[in-house]
Amino acid sequence: MVPLSYYLVLSGVLFACGVTGFLIKRNIITVFMSIELMLNGVNLSFVAFAAQWHALSGQIFVFFVMVVAAAEATVGLAIIIAVFRTRETLNVDQVNLLKL
Amino acid sequence: MPGSQLMLHLLLFSAFGIVCVAGAVNLLVQRHPINSALSLVVVMGSLAGEYLLLGAEFVAAVQVIVYAGAVMVLFVFVIMLLNAGEEEQTQGSRVAVLFGVPGMLIGSLLLAWVLVAHSGTQAVEAGALPGPPKMLGWLLFHDYLLPFEVTSVLVLIAIMGAVVLAARPESAKREH
Repeated sequence: MVPLSYYLVLSGVLFACGVTGFLIKRNIITVFMSIELMLNGVNLSFVAFAAQWHALSGQIFVFFVMVVAAAEATVGLAIIIAVFRTRETLNVDQVNLLKL
Repeated sequence: MPGSQLMLHLLLFSAFGIVCVAGAVNLLVQRHPINSALSLVVVMGSLAGEYLLLGAEFVAAVQVIVYAGAVMVLFVFVIMLLNAGEEEQTQGSRVAVLFGVPGMLIGSLLLAWVLVAHSGTQAVEAGALPGPPKMLGWLLFHDYLLPFEVTSVLVLIAIMGAVVLAARPESAKREH
C-alpha cells in the first residue's frame, strides 16, 4: 500500500514545478500553463485525502476546481489574444505598462 | 491483500508519478510553448492514472476529457493562432532561473522530508474511495446543488467574457 504522504509529496512537487514555471518562464502562454500545473497538483492532494478519509466530498471539490479552471482558461486565453493583438508580443517582460 | 498486489500498487504509483514529474520538469525545460503544452498533456494523463489507482474513476474520466482534452486543445489552438515562437531569454529570466530552480529544489526536498518523516499518515489502499460515480452524482445534485447551479452561472459569464475579450474591436473592423 502506498502511504498518503507519497501522494502529498507528488502533489507538492507538481505544485513547486508550477510555481517555478510561473517565475522563470517568459512566454505568457507557458506561464498560464504553469498555473494549470499548480491546480493539478492541488487536485491530486484533494483526491488523496478523500481516499484517506473515505469521503466523497473531496471528489466534489476536485470537480468544482476543474470547472473553475476550465472557465479561467477560457477567459485567460481570450485575454492573451487581446494582449497579443495590441502589443504584438507574448513576452511578459515587454508587457509591463497598463497604457500603450 | 497479498504481497504481490501491494508491490504492484506501489510499482504503478511510482511509474505514473515518475512520468508525471518528468512531464512537469520537461514543461519547464522546453523553450517552445507547443512542447510545453504537450508535456502538460502527459502530466494530466498520468495524473488520471493516479486517480484510477485511488479509485476515483469519475475524476479520472473528467481529467482526461476536460483537462487533457478540452483545456489543452484550447491552449494548442491559441499557440497556433498566435504563431508563438521560442521564448527569448532576458536578464530577468536569468535571475529568475538562478534563484527559482534552487529554491524549488530546496522547497520540494524540505516538503518531502517533512511529509515522509513526520506526517505519520497511514497507507491508502488501492481503489480506497468508496462508491461508484452514481453516488457522486447523487451528492452533486443533492447536497451540493446550490454550488453546482452557481457554477453554471460562472461558466456562462466565462463564455460571454471570452467572446467580449477576444472579439475584434469595432474600430479595427471598420478599417478592413
